[in-house]
Amino acid sequence: MARTATTAPGSKPSDDRLKGWRGYVYSTNHKDIGTLYLSFALFASLVGTFLSIAMRLELHEPGLQFFTNPQYYNVFVTAHGLIMIFFVLMPALIGGFGNWMVPMMIGAPDMAFPRLNNLSFWFLVASFTLLINSLFFGGAPGSDGAGTGWTIYPLLSTKGHPGPSVDFVILSLHLAGASSILGAINFIATILNMRAPGMTMHKMPLYVWSILITASLLVLALPVLAGAVTMLLVDRNFGATFFDPQGGGDPLLFQHLFWFFGHPEVYIMILPAFGIISTVVATFCGKPIFGYLGMVYAMVSIGFIGFVVWAHHMYTVGLATDTQAYFIAASLTIAVPTGIKVFSWIGTMWGGSIDFRTPMLWTIGFIFLFTVGGVTGVVLANAGVDRVLHDTYFVVAHFHYVLSLGALFAIFAGWYYWFPKMTGYMYSELIGHIHFWLTFISVNILFFPQHFLGVAGMPRRIADYPDAFEGWNYVSSIGAYLSACGALVFFYGMAEAFYRKRPAPANPWGPGATTLEWTLSSPPPFHQFEVQPRIS
Amino acid sequence: MRAGSRLLIVAAIIFATAVSANAGFGQPTPWQTGLQEADTPVMNAIITFNDFLLYLIIAIGGTVFALLIISMVRFNKYVHPTPSKRTGNRPLEVTWTLVPFFIVLVMVFFSFRLLYFEEDVPKADLTVKATGHQWFWSYSYPESGDFQFVSSMLSDQARKPGQPRLLAVDNDLVVPVNKVIRVQVIGADVIHSFAVPSFGIKVDAVPGRLNETWFMATHEGMYYGQCSELCGMDHSFMPIAIRVVSEKDFSEWLEYAKQQFASGPPAIPAKGTATEVRVAAD
Repeated sequence: MARTATTAPGSKPSDDRLKGWRGYVYSTNHKDIGTLYLSFALFASLVGTFLSIAMRLELHEPGLQFFTNPQYYNVFVTAHGLIMIFFVLMPALIGGFGNWMVPMMIGAPDMAFPRLNNLSFWFLVASFTLLINSLFFGGAPGSDGAGTGWTIYPLLSTKGHPGPSVDFVILSLHLAGASSILGAINFIATILNMRAPGMTMHKMPLYVWSILITASLLVLALPVLAGAVTMLLVDRNFGATFFDPQGGGDPLLFQHLFWFFGHPEVYIMILPAFGIISTVVATFCGKPIFGYLGMVYAMVSIGFIGFVVWAHHMYTVGLATDTQAYFIAASLTIAVPTGIKVFSWIGTMWGGSIDFRTPMLWTIGFIFLFTVGGVTGVVLANAGVDRVLHDTYFVVAHFHYVLSLGALFAIFAGWYYWFPKMTGYMYSELIGHIHFWLTFISVNILFFPQHFLGVAGMPRRIADYPDAFEGWNYVSSIGAYLSACGALVFFYGMAEAFYRKRPAPANPWGPGATTLEWTLSSPPPFHQFEVQPRIS
Repeated sequence: MRAGSRLLIVAAIIFATAVSANAGFGQPTPWQTGLQEADTPVMNAIITFNDFLLYLIIAIGGTVFALLIISMVRFNKYVHPTPSKRTGNRPLEVTWTLVPFFIVLVMVFFSFRLLYFEEDVPKADLTVKATGHQWFWSYSYPESGDFQFVSSMLSDQARKPGQPRLLAVDNDLVVPVNKVIRVQVIGADVIHSFAVPSFGIKVDAVPGRLNETWFMATHEGMYYGQCSELCGMDHSFMPIAIRVVSEKDFSEWLEYAKQQFASGPPAIPAKGTATEVRVAAD
């Protein structure tokens, strides 16, 4: 109020925005930074997709066709994993939609620490630059790049890669981690302190809850990764032997530290997706989410249990039997809160009035495909069966079902859902539907046969495979090419929307869209909620 | 409705049977969709439990799929224009928390039984030691004599007809049939993983750490596996080949091996040999 009173008539608050590229580069505005994150994720996804298509081309038929030095295949595997996790899924789900929507959803004018917000983003760009650099520096003897897998296990990442490329990866992880920690602190401070009057914790939208829990996981998990990769750095460069048995170290120590971060990391990628799905499903069913409190505490317990199940990634390293037994029981427990989520989404659809707009299609696709990825996770959680599935394509199929078909579908659901709000333009429903169906069919052709390859025994991360695996690999590669066509449809749809400029109303989705961002214009003003709304 | 759900169950059973059948013996087969055929008691137990899990997850996935379809058909905006205002149902929510919990309990029970069966190594008749190197395996028989040999993948030129590409090696690991074999596994440089799908075993070869597993093969023949932990350039090209033979043949082979591999340290191939051979072949 005070601000509007002192501003000269006719000048809008948005006047304080710098003109041109400085407006974005120097921006401390949560919407600008959200746009930067989303654009960055989009760009990084092109790089990550290029790498995966190259891998599928290599696996299209037996023999080495493109990677005559198979180490470069390992480098592609590594870069694909790191890029998709740290530079596509996390920036899109947390930095992108989180920055855009969390302040608006809680009725706040901006994030708590706007300058920190800017820093978080640019750290990520620096981190990405380091990772790309790692591809062009010496790695394993006789080749460039880090071919360690995204897990950077020693001793392959120490003695196996004498060149500096792994150091680039380590420093890249440090910066990405710092970026995420700063971002997470910002989200926690914003959500805990800047909610509109009357918005109690138990009235917060589920997407805000998901970001709060995700941010807490980031703050707790990433320092462990930072410690582990620092030890790796010291091992590599300064003669320490934390992970080298020749100096009394233990390679398994790194795996324990890595997965203590790595397992919460998978929930860091999927919890915001849960939040988006809950928001979209309620909107297009025209009714509130079913079992709100159950949904909230399911996410809280998934976040908590996520910290005590890490060694189910390590069943074959030679853990004590009782240790494995504990990790079986703990891991299977996660099925219970996850089941609550899935059943509550269906409970929301049940009795609703479902409108099959594009975001809802991605959401229904998510629920089904995430369930498929979830139940294969239940199989993998059993150490006894994991003996034959560990490090095979079954694992690859499992985590692509939850991440590539789960988290990515949630990103597209959120993208189409908030596109009118963010840009002020309506996308084309027809192109959105084509994009969905093409992607839905092609990713299943791509990833479902990988279950078969895995149970038949095909190991992960191999550039060439025994001839018996030819058939399903061929099918899988065809699916990969088709899904790339799906991505082209997506870009065409976006170009069409920006070219046609169909104006979007403040709330294009009707009475089901109850969160606060829909009370603002599309696109929202540069600064919103200068007077906070009061929630009854 | 009822006919529909019955159809769904039938489809699930057909699918599960198709998935668990059609398996290879000792090595994968084209278009295989299930686990490799078991040749050890452990793998038999794994397959039994895996089939149980497979039916369970198909039932769960099928239920979710069916509920999604039903709600899309019954509650879309054309046939059901006015949404209900219900926001929860306490008994229902308690049910869908407790029922999965009990399913998990049952699963944990069977899972533990399988795990303890696998991990409880019976009294061994023979001990073999597998060492993972970049990028080949070497084997020794610590209790049977002082010899050690290297097992490298066969190049395309060296392979005889019938030997599978990327799986066949020059020197197989030879073991007797129907005997409990204890396998000790260790890594020489980086982490590798010793895996034989038909035996249901996979143990990481970690430097500085002697891991252990066991198997008892019930048929003579060739069994293949591949290194299952990313270990660098030629990770794809360090297979594991096990020849299971009769006890008589085994003792003959043991005498031969003691002669053949006794003299001095094993001939370790120069690094990158496998790749050079293969690139030359391309």
